[in-house]
Amino acid sequence: MTWTRKDLLGLEELSKEEIEFILSTAESFKEVSSREIKKVPALRGKTVVNLFYEPSTRTRVSFEVAAKRLSADVINIASETSSVKKGETLIDTGKNIQALKADIIVMRHNSSGAAAMLARNLDISVVNAGDGWHEHPTQALLDIFTLKEKLGKIAGLNVSIVGDIAHSRVARSNIWGLTKLGAKVTVCAPPMLIPQAIEKMGARVAHKIETALENADAVNVLRMQFERDEDAAFPQQLEYFQAYGITQERLDRANKDILVMHPGPINRGIEMSSEVADGANSVILEQVTNGIAVRMAVLFLVAQASGKTEADAE
Amino acid sequence: MTKNAKILIKGGRIIDPANNLDDAMDILIEDSKISKVAKNITCEADKKIDAKDKIILPGIVDMHVHLREPGREDKETVASGTRAALKGGVTSLLAMPNTFPALDSPENIRILKNIVEQTAQANVLITGAITKGRLGKELSEIAKLKKEGVVAISDDGSSLESEELMLEALKIAKKENLLVIAHCEDKRLCGNGVVNSGFTSTRMGLKGISRESEYKRVKRDIDLAEHAGARIHIAHVSCAESVEIIAKAKKKGIKLTCEVTPHHFTLDEEAVLMFDTNMKMSPPLRSKDDVAALREGLADGTIDVIASDHAPHTENEKEIEFERAEFGVIGLETELALGISELVQKNVLDWPEFVRKICLNPAEILGIKKGNLKPGADADLVIVSPDKEWIVEKSGFFSRSRNCAFLGRKLKGLVEYTIYAGKIAYKLE
Repeated sequence: MTWTRKDLLGLEELSKEEIEFILSTAESFKEVSSREIKKVPALRGKTVVNLFYEPSTRTRVSFEVAAKRLSADVINIASETSSVKKGETLIDTGKNIQALKADIIVMRHNSSGAAAMLARNLDISVVNAGDGWHEHPTQALLDIFTLKEKLGKIAGLNVSIVGDIAHSRVARSNIWGLTKLGAKVTVCAPPMLIPQAIEKMGARVAHKIETALENADAVNVLRMQFERDEDAAFPQQLEYFQAYGITQERLDRANKDILVMHPGPINRGIEMSSEVADGANSVILEQVTNGIAVRMAVLFLVAQASGKTEADAE
Repeated sequence: MTKNAKILIKGGRIIDPANNLDDAMDILIEDSKISKVAKNITCEADKKIDAKDKIILPGIVDMHVHLREPGREDKETVASGTRAALKGGVTSLLAMPNTFPALDSPENIRILKNIVEQTAQANVLITGAITKGRLGKELSEIAKLKKEGVVAISDDGSSLESEELMLEALKIAKKENLLVIAHCEDKRLCGNGVVNSGFTSTRMGLKGISRESEYKRVKRDIDLAEHAGARIHIAHVSCAESVEIIAKAKKKGIKLTCEVTPHHFTLDEEAVLMFDTNMKMSPPLRSKDDVAALREGLADGTIDVIASDHAPHTENEKEIEFERAEFGVIGLETELALGISELVQKNVLDWPEFVRKICLNPAEILGIKKGNLKPGADADLVIVSPDKEWIVEKSGFFSRSRNCAFLGRKLKGLVEYTIYAGKIAYKLE
């Protein structure tokens, strides 16, 4: 297939074939990071702007590394240092970046739908690096890539996502992506952290961690952000760990090859014990490595697609 | 002063439910009044309009409009809003009190009355605020507002959280024979929600506005109105439960009316999934089942009125992040065409019933002598080509704002002429 989207905004809108195409493109980019000279010229002469309205280290660095390994020039803009604080609108900021002849904006924003809005208003590519509680497509793609690499397939897998589902863009993107590829997804959290009608996204709900771990091929453990939502009643940290924390004891009762994943950064002793984070089932650091390949693939594909539209116009 | 021109409109299909009239006839307008409605009128006239294949209805009475003046002239003014009204076939409208300052005192009402006198192109009626500053804390001097000529009171945009205060307001309204218009939304139940609560809020990662936040408040306000014996009108009903509660209350004999907007009877929550802020409104677009219930409510008579809830906002307030964008859409220039396209053409309402809900019922609810074409009535009428198609375009609006939920949509029904007070106030170019 050929990739035709100038933007990557979420996995909800992608077809199974499009997701598989990103994954196979990522596979071919993975090898680059193990070379002595970790660089290919695929995006030479292109400019990637990381526009981050929320503090983020790992996603931003991962995109930066990915862009640099593709030989793109990278500019980082964090909201603290930009005109955002001076009250410029998002669209104006985007148009200014476009006027600088940048090719791709990678944006993290705390407002759901911000990436979609920016993409609608710009001709250059927009890659969503997380928008509010909505989607974080590259995180889900790297999770899925890791699962596929480790287990050889996605269809038929049982994948459980544990944690604050209600406020998680990682959970949403994973549910869309995994279910499109034929996996069975279970979400597990205290009732107040399960959003309404989540079943309609194709996920099963478990309120007990034992149920979620039973028969699971992988468990994706979300970061608990106790400070996040002032409206919702949140459980106490210790209480949460006792009820939902991934401990070695709980893992011992699960499938012995169960993969333990986490989008990072981990709150050790809250979502999972240190023993589990560093244990034999953990693929957390492999996720980080795979994130580069997946983001290289995404940057490469969207750049290609917007390049094509230019060529067509000429 | 020169006498208004004598206008003879020939051969149109006249729909005037006040007179049980739906027939091809001629209309003669003299001295700003309807002078004669009959077959084959032959007489001299200053202007003759051939209305063959056209439909003639009374000027629309839109009882839910935000003109934004005074205070937010960047969004809309009385002049631009009433020009937009005429383009949409609206000759009378009820202005909501959430202006700056709010229409909560005789002085503030007089500010608006002065602007209306100087600049209005159509008939503007005024709603007074129930509470001072629309803050829900202290009642306005409602009797004095009535003396200034308000035809209704409302804190539109907000709902009174205090039951005691709402009851007190209803009692005064009863005494003053004023209509109370209730914007039913329990803020405690919808928090900072921005879209319909449920699958839509979940998949979009946004906070939801629950159905309960509307229908529980509908129930409360109807109960309070019944207790006070006051006339209450429920604004912009959006969900099935509200329709059911209203139907039950009407059956019980409570003095109660309600309205629905074209966007709520046309669009469902799926329209918002692309994060288009022109689909962000309060109440939010609900489910397909709710849209069906609203249409059923229109058909079975539970819903009395179609009103636009015309809510202009600047692009600066709309073309921003979804959560931060203002609620509301403009509607004066599209409501007639949406009614024709979505209700009449789709057999939800026949023409006379549609005209009743968009002209006659609101006039009767507001107690104004409009919405009919009886000889002697004010010559406010619309001549529309019911089958003419047009596309809603950003550049076509007379409103100062462009926040329309129907941009790019093809609609049926185009206003050819709007006659207001016996004069051609709008003519299609």
